[in-house]
Amino acid sequence: MSGLKVVAAGPGVTIQDSGRPDYLRFGVTGAGPMDKAAHALANRVLGNRPGAAAIEVSLGGVELEAQGILTLAVAGGDFAISRDGRALPGNCIVTLAPGQRLRIRSGASGAWCYVAVAGRFDFPPVLGSLSAHTRSGLGPPALAAGQALGVAAVEMSLDDSMINVDWPPGDVVRVLLGPQDDYFSPEQIELFLSSEWRVGGRSDRMAYALEGPSLVPAHGFNIVSDGVAEGAIQVPGEGKPIALMADRQPTGGYPKIANIIGADIRLLAQKRPGETVRFKAVTHEEAVAARREAAAQANAPLSLTPLLRTHFSSEDLLGVNLVGGVVAGEE
Amino acid sequence: MTTQATMLKFLDAGEGALVVEFGREVDPAVNDRVMALDAALAADAPAGLVELAPTYRSLMIHYEPLKLTRADLTARVERLASGLRAAAKARALWVLPVCYDGECGEDVGVIADWAKLTPEQVIALHSGATYRVYMYGFAPGWCYLGGLPKELGISRRATPRPPIPPNTIIVAGGLSLVATNSMPTGWWLIGRTAERMMTLGREPVFLAEPGDYLRFERVDRATFNALDARAAAGELVARKETPP
Repeated sequence: MSGLKVVAAGPGVTIQDSGRPDYLRFGVTGAGPMDKAAHALANRVLGNRPGAAAIEVSLGGVELEAQGILTLAVAGGDFAISRDGRALPGNCIVTLAPGQRLRIRSGASGAWCYVAVAGRFDFPPVLGSLSAHTRSGLGPPALAAGQALGVAAVEMSLDDSMINVDWPPGDVVRVLLGPQDDYFSPEQIELFLSSEWRVGGRSDRMAYALEGPSLVPAHGFNIVSDGVAEGAIQVPGEGKPIALMADRQPTGGYPKIANIIGADIRLLAQKRPGETVRFKAVTHEEAVAARREAAAQANAPLSLTPLLRTHFSSEDLLGVNLVGGVVAGEE
Repeated sequence: MTTQATMLKFLDAGEGALVVEFGREVDPAVNDRVMALDAALAADAPAGLVELAPTYRSLMIHYEPLKLTRADLTARVERLASGLRAAAKARALWVLPVCYDGECGEDVGVIADWAKLTPEQVIALHSGATYRVYMYGFAPGWCYLGGLPKELGISRRATPRPPIPPNTIIVAGGLSLVATNSMPTGWWLIGRTAERMMTLGREPVFLAEPGDYLRFERVDRATFNALDARAAAGELVARKETPP
């Protein structure tokens, strides 16, 4: 079997498939990718099953060495990527010869990127999923130096390519108010929607701290615990809201002022500590329309630009418009 | 006239999750209705329904709004809720072996002092009651129970204590739960069960379904140790009985 040897891995680099459904009723959170669109794209360009397991790379970065010939795709934030020291674009398809190393470091922007492999990672599923939920110990452990990741590789005749993505960076994250917006006065909701929120330094797969003004619920900080959906913005006792992300607790006893809409969870997820967002309230219909638009974008024709020479820096590559390389895909 | 259906409240948790709220307090009648709707919806699931998560007082319905509209979902829930006669039938009563002695029941003395009872009376009350699984939450397999005798309704600790041992039964604020893993807590330790609420690779992985009943059967430390070793090897050491 082929494989990827982990030469180095920063904290928080994990294996994620599309998540672990069906066990919320037993207190098991779904986990899954922080940026579902990027995860899906990395798999899609390789012809993998949607939701197949991929490596989720944090700002801590990762370095991988191929054991066997492996075709990989990287998609997500704009990370600094290189193969044996030569720069590659932030979103790319790349084939590694045995012994070649792919190095991923935090780059110009974004907090997460995904490394998919043509074929599949060979891990045993836990409760039907390969997603790591580090806090509860479910799924594969976080990547660590020296580890060898088994890969059932599929040979691909894909050129090394840049994946052209259309993900305009956004600072406005749309939310649906509720389920406990009635715990907050109109003035407090206005404060939430009009303020700039800075992503806190202790943010991780479980939660992003939102630094800004304190919010004070009208009916106290305690509710009888109820379910917590991904993207819930809950306001605990000290009035500092937190956005609950992929590894959130399944239930919570603090009021939730709003929930980020599905299409925009990735916008917040890709923010780094210190970066800011604003929240905009939309209607349920608008949230569903945004979801439909995101689904259409996920199925839009792929746009790939072959890398003609691999010793270009990523700046060079980004400056060259290789229109002839654009291919149309259909689904 | 107030019907059951008009007591429902629909709350959005984003466009892909709907909270059906039956009340805002911990109440056996409210939880009964949550469980009954959970069972009814599972038995008559519309296309696009993703997952159901019952809690003390509400049912969180995860759905795919591109396949199932909110209007169709709420209509289905209202129709099913109006037909809910009684609580969903529990499938099982699980009898869990519990050690209350020494460090297993570290806080029995504190609870007894607070309740103006003897430690033996606290243990007799706790092991004499029948509990219902109201929900799972916090972490995988953490099992929240209704049915704690009122006499044991001590409030939370002022400050959390260091991580509890796995499989500890804790109480606070009139509630009780069986924990699975080691975590800090603001609750009080009343006993430890040899059974695991969750064991990967065992069938069932999760011992009790939401809505099932639990009882705690007192065992001495030596019996606990023997059962704990068997449970650690993947054996089921709880007894399954017919629910009330």
